[in-house]
Amino acid sequence: MRFVDEFRDAEKAHALAAKIAALCEPGRQYKFMEVCGGHTHTIYKHGLEDYLPETITLVHGPGCPVCVIPMGRVDDAMHLAAQPDVIMTSFGDMMRVPGSEGSFFDAKARGTDIRMVYSPLDSLKIARANPDKRVVFMAIGFETTAPSTAMTLLRAAAEGLRNFSVFCNHVTIIPAIKAILDSPDLRLDGFIGPGHVSTVIGCRPYEFIARDYDRPVVVAGFEPLDILQSIYMLMLQLAEGRSQVENQYSRVVPWNGNLVALKAISQTMELRPYFEWRGLGFISHSALRVRDSYAAFDGERLFEVPGVRVADPKACQCGEVLKGVLKPWECKVFGTACTPETPIGTCMVSPEGACAAYYNYGRMHRQRVAEAAGTGGVTHP
Amino acid sequence: MTASRQPPGGWIAEALREHEEHEEHAGRGQPQRAGRRQPGAADREQQVLDRIDRARKRRPRVREDRITMAHGAGGKATHTLIEAIFLEAFRNPLLEPLEDAASLRLGGARLALTTDSYVVSPLFFPGGCIGDLAVNGTVNDLSVVGAAPRFLSAGFILEEGFPVADLARIATAIRDAADGAGVAVVTGDTKVVERGKADGCYINTAGVGIVERDAALGVAQARPGDAVLVSGPIGDHGVTIMLARGELDIEADVSSDTAPLNGLAAALADAVPGLRAMRDATRGGVATILNEIARAAGVGVDVSEDDIPVRPAVRGAAELLGIDPLYVACEGRLVAVVDGGQADAALAVLRGHPLGAEAQIIGHVTGELPGIVRLKTAFGGTRIVDLLVGDPLPRIC
Repeated sequence: MRFVDEFRDAEKAHALAAKIAALCEPGRQYKFMEVCGGHTHTIYKHGLEDYLPETITLVHGPGCPVCVIPMGRVDDAMHLAAQPDVIMTSFGDMMRVPGSEGSFFDAKARGTDIRMVYSPLDSLKIARANPDKRVVFMAIGFETTAPSTAMTLLRAAAEGLRNFSVFCNHVTIIPAIKAILDSPDLRLDGFIGPGHVSTVIGCRPYEFIARDYDRPVVVAGFEPLDILQSIYMLMLQLAEGRSQVENQYSRVVPWNGNLVALKAISQTMELRPYFEWRGLGFISHSALRVRDSYAAFDGERLFEVPGVRVADPKACQCGEVLKGVLKPWECKVFGTACTPETPIGTCMVSPEGACAAYYNYGRMHRQRVAEAAGTGGVTHP
Repeated sequence: MTASRQPPGGWIAEALREHEEHEEHAGRGQPQRAGRRQPGAADREQQVLDRIDRARKRRPRVREDRITMAHGAGGKATHTLIEAIFLEAFRNPLLEPLEDAASLRLGGARLALTTDSYVVSPLFFPGGCIGDLAVNGTVNDLSVVGAAPRFLSAGFILEEGFPVADLARIATAIRDAADGAGVAVVTGDTKVVERGKADGCYINTAGVGIVERDAALGVAQARPGDAVLVSGPIGDHGVTIMLARGELDIEADVSSDTAPLNGLAAALADAVPGLRAMRDATRGGVATILNEIARAAGVGVDVSEDDIPVRPAVRGAAELLGIDPLYVACEGRLVAVVDGGQADAALAVLRGHPLGAEAQIIGHVTGELPGIVRLKTAFGGTRIVDLLVGDPLPRIC
């Protein structure tokens, strides 16, 4: 398949792996964080770690939209969905995220009207078709999905729809990266920058990482060769003593971002003073809310939202996983009490969550290493 | 300031309690050796993997208090529901293997019996309709246990207001499909429910077939060294249905692979004495069958992504939608496990039949990693392929 197979070429991967291995300083350990959950998914789905020397560790970051939604916020959404005449619409990812009384799927089974949509614009279709109902779109995601919510708000306003609103949970990536950089628990050698977020915000916002924290950043695409190449680019920067922001995903990411998308966001949304992130706690200016001028489409203003903060179950260590401090399997309940089938923590829900990716694809790390050493699996060059 | 609440009780507390009880129990038999040094990261990871293995062998329990769509998706939740509710209630030696059809003896004859319900939406789609599925699905469930399908029943649940012309079309499709498969619909039932209590037309069919061969087929028969084959490109049906719903604004030149597999299955069974098992890859796709083999036989299954046939249009649509063709339903493809020495012969038989022209050997059974399906990715890495969780495509058949 064109535009896909080129980026999954095993021969090119072997060549890149050899170049990466050649850049490894003997005795040095390297730790890179892939910020975006989409990267985590690619890494596990294609078995990319097989190509890396054992001295390079990939640490999974917080860039998974459903993973960072705190439980209280899920409960708020459930409360909204249960109001009379409400149809809640949501991306499929969100459906299995546990609230204190179960997930959207469970609520749906109890009779709450929750519908899965592929685009927020589909919510407008539902609103037009059900004029006697109130349609609330559960908006989640980073800057990647915020523009489509913004466009939906603009469209709803232009049409004068009176039965559509957004429950806004959009978050922004930079404050989360900063929180991780400031966290004392973790020493990282560089970042694989989020590709799709960067199609919107561009590469400039990462410059402080190189300048103030002296860490290289390579914005990467989502095919396995993209990620392997970005690891090579990070290794090259380290070998040459550079800390810069580089763009591996230049076929999609413009250096200055997408001005149309940014304008749509700033027209309809503004930064919240603070927002709670699962595991990372309250981070100031890290999320978006609907602007006053679009108040008529703001679910939080139209409905009474309880806004109760719910502490995570004690056994759940999603926070440590999201910060990259713990590997998924190091969480006490990983794979036993918490599985993709009955997730306790959000990291086990989304295909972009580190725990789900590890559980579904990677749960045999040791054997893989043994195989590489012996019986003709992928060998490290 | 926002109010704060303690972590929820309910199901999470219960899951944690069960987890702790289980760990305590598992730990009792294995006292820590004195003077043992702190285990390294790799050892600790292995301990976690062992713990997960034990957790997965626990008796299945349905945690939800209501049925969710996941219970019908053919993945983990379906397995749990079947084992915890139905197997618990009906347990008997004929049911217990949970094969596609039960094999039984009746007055000297060896028979196979199966039943299946069809709720596909839309009712008509490129390549067929619910009527084709209702015949072929049941014929295939009989065929893969080594039976020759003979007689079918057909039960209809119709919604008030359903067009009679559509029902006539479906009936014609059922007749044509039955003729094609060499079976007869010999009994039936009709119910009508109020508007809104069903979605147009649901069909249930049961089928009886006769078993004339001696070899016992079943996924539990798989053993290391065996080869795993698939009879053609996978995922056509699932992707066709998804696109036919028109919710996605994607168009592709695909049609359902719905077909009766009795001829193909019989040809394979006749020609290959080392045939261990066949399954038709419906809900949950080929990945689910590979996992069933690994679990039932206590073996590992290694497959290679490069060898698994997927049509470009199906791959493209799956890629766009972020789903894995390995989990997408087929309605006319079988997965076969055969003695490794007879793999090429089996492939030749499959390819010699019109429904198996694009058959492939996709992998083999190993003695390593019992219970685990391992995929060599096209990119050159390895990963596991687990049972599906959740339901990307409801009402596919």
